Amino acid sequence: MSGAGELRWQWTCAAAGALAAALLLGLSLGPAGIPPAGVLGDLLAKLPPAGGSSPISSLEGAVLWELRAPRVVLGALVGGVLAIAGGAYQAVFRNPLADPYLLGAAAGAGLGATIAIIYASAVPLPPAAFAGATIAVGGAYLLGRSVGAARSTATLILAGVAMAAFLTALQTLLLQQNTEDVRAIYSWLLGRLSTSGWSDVVLVLPYAALSVAAILFHRRVLDVLRVGDDEALGLGVPVDRVRLLVVGAATLGTAAAVSVSGLIGFVGIVVPHAVRLAVGSSYRVVLPLSALFGASFLVLADVIARTALSPAELPIGVVTACVGAPFFAVVLRTSREAGA
Amino acid sequence: MIDVDRLTVRLAGRTAVADVTLRVDRHGWTNLIGPNGAGKTTLLRAVAGLVGHSGSVSVDGRDLRELSAKDRAATVAMVPQSPLLPPEMTVGEYVLLARTPHLGMLGRSGAADREAVEGAIERLDLGPLADRALGALSGGERQRAVVARAIAQEAPVLLLDEPTAALDVGRQQEVLELIGELRAERGLTVIGAMHDLTLAGQYAERLALLAGGNLVAHGEPDAVLTEELIARHYRARVRVARQQGVPVVMPARAGSAA
Repeated sequence: MSGAGELRWQWTCAAAGALAAALLLGLSLGPAGIPPAGVLGDLLAKLPPAGGSSPISSLEGAVLWELRAPRVVLGALVGGVLAIAGGAYQAVFRNPLADPYLLGAAAGAGLGATIAIIYASAVPLPPAAFAGATIAVGGAYLLGRSVGAARSTATLILAGVAMAAFLTALQTLLLQQNTEDVRAIYSWLLGRLSTSGWSDVVLVLPYAALSVAAILFHRRVLDVLRVGDDEALGLGVPVDRVRLLVVGAATLGTAAAVSVSGLIGFVGIVVPHAVRLAVGSSYRVVLPLSALFGASFLVLADVIARTALSPAELPIGVVTACVGAPFFAVVLRTSREAGA
Repeated sequence: MIDVDRLTVRLAGRTAVADVTLRVDRHGWTNLIGPNGAGKTTLLRAVAGLVGHSGSVSVDGRDLRELSAKDRAATVAMVPQSPLLPPEMTVGEYVLLARTPHLGMLGRSGAADREAVEGAIERLDLGPLADRALGALSGGERQRAVVARAIAQEAPVLLLDEPTAALDVGRQQEVLELIGELRAERGLTVIGAMHDLTLAGQYAERLALLAGGNLVAHGEPDAVLTEELIARHYRARVRVARQQGVPVVMPARAGSAA
């Protein structure tokens, strides 16, 4: 029983290696192909102590660091946050089908973005979507608390469903009355990794860091929650406070991710489950590995989105679903066979 | 010593436990008996701090409400009637959760924690099953895993809610014998809630009979397990015989002369 539920270094290394490879691939591939050796050489030349000259031209360098790098880093941030937030929601609600959008974050963000596109084109989308997502989840939380027993997670989930249905209905009404904006709204809803340079990365980074840190800090307590609220209370865990903090952290991260990338589905549900099936069910393992593998997954999905129909781009939400579903089926199958 | 003083619990507008005063000696074992809905589980949950109540519960003179959640968890451990056992969690991981109240801010487990966990797993003969998933255990093994977790918590007070429910008669005896041994070895004070009256009286020193949330009888098994008290509060026809000095409660069919 030594190390039961502990995060083993082999897995950490594998996950970090996968992320490094995905980042390198994401930087290399694109309309102007730059070989991985060129990317690494340029990176080395930029690092202090700046020695040697870059193997790529300055134009290639500009493409690499001003266009491609922000997009790749943004993909890693969004993927990592969505995956760990999904794992956190699944833990807090003890529900394997929970994803980061469970309490209405997607519907709220969608409505916020829709309102901004239709009525206030001067307002940038990220703050509008962020506000929509946090208001929706906060509303669902207050509604759930006011209706049922404070500790019933089912009430909270139902409140989230009600909130999402209400906000989606409002959004549909707005869409139906403003058909000229449908295309812009749908392209946002389908998810895309923004190409507006480093500003989006800077916008998401503090929220993502805070969210990931807060969730990881609670990873052991989330394992205790798996045996039920009563027993967790009996073991001295302040269940309500933990739930509020973790839902808050996961929502903050999700709202930040959604605000710059639109609605990217599947990452938050597939990645934690794949990790769980491969490595074990302890959240001490699932949560950190989900963040790393989620980051790799979305970077690779974006590579496919950019290159599959080049020069046209696929919406990344379509790619995550198309790649994620069969991948998940394979993981599910192999783990069932191994476990039988 | 556990002192329950004028404990009252109201649940959803109904009084589930009414003004119960009960004292359990240090290292003693008291079983709560009473019909369904008498308030046995609620009383245990109140002692464990899981439901709000008026009146007080103190252990060795310390009011449990004055303790932090962690200190309370280090004082009282509970074996619930139907514990939630995540099927894919291993026995080792599950027992390790018991150390939660003993861990520091960063939640790293140390040598003392490993020792407590390994000791509990050994004591309950779960060694070969430590890496087995909870979902793959039999009913008796599951119950032993739950008791191992309660033991690894190293709390001086152990609460048992129907520890023998859903076990066959051999596993029932096994679990109760084990609790008896652990009580002697570790100096535990035990409060159980049980439906099987004969078993309840065989293992506990004292019985407390609850009915409608009230404590209606309290004392040695002989004094509580009487045909008259059981008939009145359970509305059951029983015969009480004595075997090796303890009462044996037998259901009797209507009209039978036995």
